[in-house]
Amino acid sequence: MKELKIKSPLTGEEIKRLKAGDKVFISGILYTARDAAHQRLKETIDKGDDLPIALQNQVIYYTGPTPAPPGHPLGSCGPTTSSRMDSFTPLLLREGLKGMIGKGDRSSEVIQAIQKYQAIYFIAIGGAGALLAGAVRQAEVIAYDDLGPEAIYRLEVVDFPVFVAIDCEGRNIYNKS
Amino acid sequence: MREIKAETISQTITQLCKEANFNLPEDVLSALESALKREKTPRAQEIIKDLLENAAIAHRERLPLCQDTGMAAVFLEIGQEVMIVKGDLKEAINAGVRRGYREGYLRKSVVKDPLIRENTGDNTPAILHIGIVPGEKLKITVFPKGFGSENVSALTNLLPSQGKEGVKEFILKTVKKSGAKGCPPLVVGVGLGGTMEKAALLAKQALLRPLNSHHQDKHIAQLEEETLEEINQLGIGPQGLGGETTALGVNIETYPTHIAGLPVAVNISCHALRQARRVL
Repeated sequence: MKELKIKSPLTGEEIKRLKAGDKVFISGILYTARDAAHQRLKETIDKGDDLPIALQNQVIYYTGPTPAPPGHPLGSCGPTTSSRMDSFTPLLLREGLKGMIGKGDRSSEVIQAIQKYQAIYFIAIGGAGALLAGAVRQAEVIAYDDLGPEAIYRLEVVDFPVFVAIDCEGRNIYNKS
Repeated sequence: MREIKAETISQTITQLCKEANFNLPEDVLSALESALKREKTPRAQEIIKDLLENAAIAHRERLPLCQDTGMAAVFLEIGQEVMIVKGDLKEAINAGVRRGYREGYLRKSVVKDPLIRENTGDNTPAILHIGIVPGEKLKITVFPKGFGSENVSALTNLLPSQGKEGVKEFILKTVKKSGAKGCPPLVVGVGLGGTMEKAALLAKQALLRPLNSHHQDKHIAQLEEETLEEINQLGIGPQGLGGETTALGVNIETYPTHIAGLPVAVNISCHALRQARRVL
């Protein structure tokens, strides 16, 4: 198992370097989005309207954090189950999204789309929300404030720890082709 | 009659919501520590270490163990000599949850209508289970239940002839299907017998029993032990990435049932089996 450091937004070369099973520390920008935010992003794309975030080369983190207590930029922020976002993912990849962080396996449609768009899927440790919060330096709600914990946050992270679960060649940490 | 003010119950629930979310119970901590000693897969060891570190950070910094601070299940065991005065009990409980989730900076994860899905904004209502017991005490348990694991829980009605093997098979099938989704290492609560809703409640109550305890009936205790062993042979491992630690424990609760039936409910919990209690 290799350990690598990468920057987000991602570049094509960096994605090609990463293999399923690698441990990766991400620094840079992550956007949070889960069920309700994905639903809205899809509706916006379907209508042909502008998205509240430019998805090109970005990484979406499937999480609904707890509110920031005094002295912290954000509360606990571990990953939620990715498969609930499966039906939206190929569309977002088509719009330029390059990376996702969540937990658990993805559908075969998502795995195919990851290969097609040369993207990457990472997993973080579910249930380690307090530990992962330590990597967050800044957090700001940038869209869908009314969704509360499901709003889209822009996070600045340093050495956010993940594993590569599905790489751009479709290799899978869960041993499914 | 002993009088207990509704406000006292409310304040206690506020405290318990916070305590439960910041502190991993001792029995889970020691189960994780023993699992770490037994586990042979390096990545699985690494993940268990991270979960232990997560628990230490959560306790120290008063941060929730997990961002899914759950839907608050509240169990009350009310002594029949107790009279609750000066307020509506249900309102007092919900006020306690509301305050606990606000003061503790916990996530509000409840939607008002299962289809329209608008967040209630304060994590109420709680899920309330009330039992009347002898005596003049009131025992309150707050059990915030996350939905990563709740979503992979299952219930079935087996044929009586399927017996012990059928029960084991259903538990194993449920765990296998859950894969990484329930955030293994898991704790598996099982309700056997009763009616459909009784089995489901027993499964939840089984999760409230300490991990180092066994069912009082020998054959059920043996079923707990055998099932745990077989679950840990599935190879799912922490976070579904392989290893021997798929579950930290299997707790089974039983109840008499009908001549025609064998209801089985499996309630899965992640390692963050958060619960806090107080006796008033």
